Amino acid sequence: MSTLDLINISKVYGTGASEVRALQEVNLSVEPGSFVAVMGPSGSGKSTLLTIAGTLESPSSGEVVIEGRSVEGMAAEERARLRRRTVGYVFQDFNLLPGLTAVENVSLPLELDGMGLRASREAGLSALANLGLEQVAGRFPDELSGGERQRVAIARAVVGERRLLLADEPSGALDSKNADTVMRMILAACKGGVAAVVVTHDAQLASWADRVVFLRDGKMVDQTSRPATPEELIAPYRRQ
Amino acid sequence: MSIQHALLGLLSTGPKYGHQLRVEFEERTGDVWPLNVGQVYTTLQRLERDGLVQSDGEPDGPRKTYRLTEQGKHELDEWLYTPPDLTAPPRDELVIKVLVALQIPDVDVREILQSHRRHVLELMQQWTRLKENEAESDVALALVVDAELFRLDSVVRWLDAADGRLKRMALEAEPPAKAGPQLRRRSAVRR
Repeated sequence: MSTLDLINISKVYGTGASEVRALQEVNLSVEPGSFVAVMGPSGSGKSTLLTIAGTLESPSSGEVVIEGRSVEGMAAEERARLRRRTVGYVFQDFNLLPGLTAVENVSLPLELDGMGLRASREAGLSALANLGLEQVAGRFPDELSGGERQRVAIARAVVGERRLLLADEPSGALDSKNADTVMRMILAACKGGVAAVVVTHDAQLASWADRVVFLRDGKMVDQTSRPATPEELIAPYRRQ
Repeated sequence: MSIQHALLGLLSTGPKYGHQLRVEFEERTGDVWPLNVGQVYTTLQRLERDGLVQSDGEPDGPRKTYRLTEQGKHELDEWLYTPPDLTAPPRDELVIKVLVALQIPDVDVREILQSHRRHVLELMQQWTRLKENEAESDVALALVVDAELFRLDSVVRWLDAADGRLKRMALEAEPPAKAGPQLRRRSAVRR
């Protein structure tokens, strides 16, 4: 069973002359443990795709299926629970709450879901530790560097039993070293069975994914297939 | 790749045998430039003839060691600071393909751009795998991988810029009544 299936998704904003077709019949399946990058220029529909996949927005037509369950028929409360339990988001600007420490930020989704304070704090600490962040647990967001903030945001996105990680330009504001760290963390989460969808316009970030799909003017136009082996890559250097 | 200068560089840490130079050369270049022993000895002979290295030990034996001369040190230093030729290549094949495509009726240039974009991304995915798996522990390989990723990234950026430019031109060329979503699959402007 796929973690995420987008089936014939279209999204239209406005009507008549001001109608904008943000997405047109997009299909995407993401298996557990796989890492998909969605690449496209700004205005291609990348962020809309992500908010629809995360059930923050409804499609104009088509179906969103998360772990085999169609989101369409769910009551609002059920949908909210799905978002809290299954889906984690990472945004470009981190979105950490400034009045909470790193571990409080990470454990907040579990607390909101009704988990006890002690249990959720422990889960938060373990999510931070898994990502090598135990030493920042007690710090507030303004005491963290940009790279650390984004890593905390990823810990928050995978805390508990989250199985779908959705990230919008997750390392857009970071330097290349920190950006690599963030991508390695997403990859590590995938190796633990999380399905990840990362939207980006940045080819270097996209190249971390197992599969890159290309969005253009709201349509999915292409995707990468199994590329060359490392041996084939190094070959040109060996020609003297 | 200048084998001559790489060998001078390796000799800057002290005298070495030919075989030792070959092994170190391969290690220090992330194993991506294998060198045969013949190349090493011909290069060393040439360096000796030019006074950049000096040998001692038996004249033709394997135990012959080479050391850097003052002139060799000077040559190496000068080479390190001399900029390589970074002027544009006479023909960039990808640019030429796109320029030719623009001339051909009924060719969707943006589709062509996308097919090249996909290919470059596939290459980048593999370089990134190499970085993920091996490059962290091998600084020479990591530097080669970075260089390739930045080079390929610049190709994707050019493709993206070309794509955007052609899209804007197509929109401007179209009468306003037809503007909108139906424009989007239209092929690029022909000139």
